[in-house]
Amino acid sequence: MGAAAHVLAVNPVPARSQMGSSLGFHIILACFGVAFAAVTMTAEWMGIRHGDAAALLLARRWSKVMAVLVAVGAVSGTVLSYEMGLLWPGLMGRFGAAIGFPFSLEGIFFFLEAIFVGVYLYGWDRLPPWAHWWSGMPIVVSGVLGAMSVVAANSWMNSPAGYTLSHGKITNVDPWSVFFNASTPYETAHMVLAAYMVTGFLVAGVYAVGLLRGRRDRYHRLGFGVPFTIAGVCAPLQVMMGDIIARFIAHNQPVKFAAMEYVTTTTRDAPEWMGGIFINGKVYFGAAIPAFDSILVGFSPHTKVIGWDSVPPSQRPPLVTLIHLSFDLMVGIGFFLFALAAWQAWWWWFHRRLLMTPWFLVPSAVSGVAAVAAMEAGWVVTEVGRQPWIVYRVLLVSQAVTPSSGVTVTLAVILILYAILTVVSIGVPMVMSRRWRQGTAAEEEAEQVPYGPSPARFSPAGPPAPPAGPGASSGGPEPL
Amino acid sequence: MSPSPEAIAVAAILIMVIAAYALFGGADFGGGIWDLLAGSAQRGAAPRRLIDESITPVWEANHVWLVFILVLAWTAFPPAFAAIMTALFVPLSLSLLGIVLRGAGFAFRHTAERLRMQQLTGAVFAAASLITPFFMGAVIGAVVTGQVPVHPGGNTLAAWTSPTAILTGFLFVAACAYVSAVFLVLEARQRGHQDLERYFSLRATAAGVLTGALAGGTFADLSASAPYVYARLTGIALPLVAVSIAAGIGVLGMLWLRWYHPLFLRVAAAIAVAAVVSGWGLAQYPYLFPTSLPLATGSAPTGALVAEFVVTGLAVLLVAPGFALLYLLQQRSMLTEAGSDTGLRLAAQLEPAVPGQPAAAPVPATTRITTALVLAIVAIRAIRDVLSPSHRR
Repeated sequence: MGAAAHVLAVNPVPARSQMGSSLGFHIILACFGVAFAAVTMTAEWMGIRHGDAAALLLARRWSKVMAVLVAVGAVSGTVLSYEMGLLWPGLMGRFGAAIGFPFSLEGIFFFLEAIFVGVYLYGWDRLPPWAHWWSGMPIVVSGVLGAMSVVAANSWMNSPAGYTLSHGKITNVDPWSVFFNASTPYETAHMVLAAYMVTGFLVAGVYAVGLLRGRRDRYHRLGFGVPFTIAGVCAPLQVMMGDIIARFIAHNQPVKFAAMEYVTTTTRDAPEWMGGIFINGKVYFGAAIPAFDSILVGFSPHTKVIGWDSVPPSQRPPLVTLIHLSFDLMVGIGFFLFALAAWQAWWWWFHRRLLMTPWFLVPSAVSGVAAVAAMEAGWVVTEVGRQPWIVYRVLLVSQAVTPSSGVTVTLAVILILYAILTVVSIGVPMVMSRRWRQGTAAEEEAEQVPYGPSPARFSPAGPPAPPAGPGASSGGPEPL
Repeated sequence: MSPSPEAIAVAAILIMVIAAYALFGGADFGGGIWDLLAGSAQRGAAPRRLIDESITPVWEANHVWLVFILVLAWTAFPPAFAAIMTALFVPLSLSLLGIVLRGAGFAFRHTAERLRMQQLTGAVFAAASLITPFFMGAVIGAVVTGQVPVHPGGNTLAAWTSPTAILTGFLFVAACAYVSAVFLVLEARQRGHQDLERYFSLRATAAGVLTGALAGGTFADLSASAPYVYARLTGIALPLVAVSIAAGIGVLGMLWLRWYHPLFLRVAAAIAVAAVVSGWGLAQYPYLFPTSLPLATGSAPTGALVAEFVVTGLAVLLVAPGFALLYLLQQRSMLTEAGSDTGLRLAAQLEPAVPGQPAAAPVPATTRITTALVLAIVAIRAIRDVLSPSHRR
């Protein structure tokens, strides 16, 4: 290995940044791949069951947005598969045989999802209503299973299992133990709930803005209510799940937990730090609740919490302040979303209506962005908290990173490209929505989405004629 | 040490998936290339529309092939995968760049409103279609010539800039254009565009001749740069090479005779591609990198290989019915672009917009009280359990 290559190998920061930004970008689109179909199908179910035109209209439009987001997600997902090899050949060369199995399963679910997104998106007009509804079901199922497969691969890096090493080479692999490693149940449940929350709150947020602007028709109320309810149901489950996972990490990856909670030395009566910056062994600007960390870990102030002094400095994660503050941010937002959902639940319970006060709608409008921030913060905690290991206590990141030069260049290119892709994934639905609000029916008809059979080939008959009735002025702008 | 049967089986699967990607992905990239070559916005409007309409339905599935190739490679042949990804970092990154640009251009061009913007996104899409197959070809060329070190210390520029690798890159581009043009002839026929049928038939012939010439050149070059592969291509793999050549000539013949049989033409094109890819696989046997990394030392433990075999079976079992359904629905014209929502828009609007929604019937008080009681009891029990002395340490 040349000297330059050696410097890069021990300084994997560009590679880590590239992986982090690619993952951080893809995960948002992946959330829509996992959960958007369920949100859309709920609206469709209401539409078919109760003959609710507003719900059906929402479902149709959401499915078009879904097509755009899945298309971009397919690209950013392909990038990640490449990067596993391009950036971490040391990991794939040694452990590809083990970590490959969950990824292979994910491939199947991705395939199924792609097929049925096509059926669902293009079956609106010709399939019988319930047959169309059922055609969406495989997207929901394979979305969840696919997410579980990919997250299981990440879990394996936290709790490696299911392989035998001899002389640094894998000699035996047990795929089931790889898939169902100790971290899998916790991480997969956490991520699937997160996907539903991110999708639900983001979609609800769009309609919350509409409601705030005074568009309070049934279309906007449903557009807000359906995704908000789905995300709101997940919120308390997520808070519970988070609590369980934190305890699991305290036992399974104590050094990561120590970084999350600023536990410098192994101790009983460990305080719980809220906020604060860690500099030279001291926490500044933080509030500590005495012994509360011990209580959270073991339900008693006398619980011993393992500190990062339990391992030599070379095995401790860097940037503890980043890890701790990300953790606090995630937990804080989790409780904020829970409170928001509880408030609406309370109101619905007694009044059977949506809250229309700006005190509720303004926080709801930003709830989606907050959910994204919480999810990203969570990934920062788990990924940075695992450092310096790429496979916990088995393989160092510096042993896995590519010796190839040029990662700095690819990092810069990826950042530029993802900026463009972000504009695409936010801009396209915005353009669509503007057309929906202002445009005529003819324009909407001409609208094309990225994939699926083309209109020229498969539509011998024209669109259904509009029903005659009051307000049949389909030519003008409609204040929906 | 001879390779295990599991390793051979998974290698065969990998070759089949590569062949599928070369065929479908190749047609996809080729569409982009013809889009690039279609001329001015006015002159190229008709062929561009045909390309767009026929690429659109398959675009997503083609990514899945590529992801399968990557995953199969790293799971079943980890050392080879790691070595290729390290030594060929540059061409692989460039092919990835092409994929991302294509995706971005593709997702946006349909919603781009102004013509200028459409031209820009279209150009990005088309240029990216050229980059990706070229560098993928260069990667394969580097592997075939055995220029990828088993333990590379970094980028290996020489591996993918050899004449063979560059020639293979051009060969891939020409082959993509060829396969794509053949499919586009049939797409034009199906839609009843006679002028486009001729248009793409001419281009398919030209691309076919070019592909043949490049293939011949690469083949001749291999005799010096990859003697092991060359010997096997002219030996045990010769029948496959012959089949590929025959199928290729067959396609050109059918085009020349204007006998556009939808099945035969497709099958012949598919055979031409599949035969040459399998010929390449057979010629490399039993090496992953001729002649430095044998299959036996470069493959994963049996457990991982069997798992990949099962996953492939599962994929066929799950995905095949899905595809069958998709195909069936398409044939019965059950899948159409969702039409206008006029009916729904009107129906949804019939209801007057009111600030608060009409209250639905509230849940009876007894139900509410019972639920609250049950929840309270559960909560109290949970808290008691948590705080009970047995849980203390």
